[in-house]
Amino acid sequence: MDSAILAALQEARRAKRPVALATNLRSGAQKLIFKDGTEGPLCLDVDMIIGMQDMLARDESGTLQTGAGPVFVQVHNPPPRLIVVGAVHIADPLARMGVMAGYGVTLIDPRRAFATSQRFEEYAVSTDWPDDAMAELKPDTRSAIVTLTHDPKIDDPALDAALKSPAFYIGALGSRKTHAARLARLKELGHDDATLARIRGPVGLDIGALSPAEIAVSIVAQIVQARRKP
Amino acid sequence: MTEDVLDQAEAWRREGRKVALATVVTTWGSSPRPVGSQLAVDGEGKFLGSVSGGCIEGAVIKEALAAIGDGKPRLLDFGVTNEQAWEVGLACGGKVQVFVEKLG
Repeated sequence: MDSAILAALQEARRAKRPVALATNLRSGAQKLIFKDGTEGPLCLDVDMIIGMQDMLARDESGTLQTGAGPVFVQVHNPPPRLIVVGAVHIADPLARMGVMAGYGVTLIDPRRAFATSQRFEEYAVSTDWPDDAMAELKPDTRSAIVTLTHDPKIDDPALDAALKSPAFYIGALGSRKTHAARLARLKELGHDDATLARIRGPVGLDIGALSPAEIAVSIVAQIVQARRKP
Repeated sequence: MTEDVLDQAEAWRREGRKVALATVVTTWGSSPRPVGSQLAVDGEGKFLGSVSGGCIEGAVIKEALAAIGDGKPRLLDFGVTNEQAWEVGLACGGKVQVFVEKLG
């Protein structure tokens, strides 16, 4: 990899700009593929570049065969995001496991006494109200959102915003009874049944989890499943 | 925690060290590390990251040092059908292809 490609690749990664590195495995020649352009000396025809931009959008690295030999396309997307609402006892193991699994994690809780605790070090913390925080974070197709408070004042606006976003995972902690009441409230906000079915509730895979860490495992496992095996 | 091999490799380059980068480009069967996994090697053979969870790192580092020496990229095949791979210990049953290039 020549210095110019390395510098441009690192600059894009630092700016969290999606980029793929295309490498001809025979010659070692390379080109950076962006959503809206390319940079670097490797010669590729237009169809091939469009195919690589599609791989970038799908977050999928792999090898393409070209007339000049196999070309490996390595996608460098910014990390997927996990947005956790509610700095309750499950939040810290959930956020930390999210970080371990490669997610950029933000914890939202407007109750400052909860959110400013010293325990929360490895991830971002927002003390904005969920509707403001979500407007700022703009969840996309690579975002997962989990609400944990059981408090309608905090969970409902977060779920309302989540349902209006293309987030790939939406989960809400709470018993079946709590969840039914929550769905009824969200329905009043104008969400239809098909939309409400996007919310995983009770949240997490059914592994009999009891402790906060175990519940976090079940939630992270369900998020991984939603992303890797949709 | 996911360590960022490319960031580390770049930092090594800035310190003036010679660096090669190895990247898993193809996997078949039950290979232990996914496509895109990387290993950075410096001129003294110090390394960071992984391409197999330990099975083939020794052979990859040897080729990385050779790439640092002659500047040429290499495409390496390891797998159960490859006798050398058995020798270096990819007993996990998978096959991997690793691209090795000199950095900067």
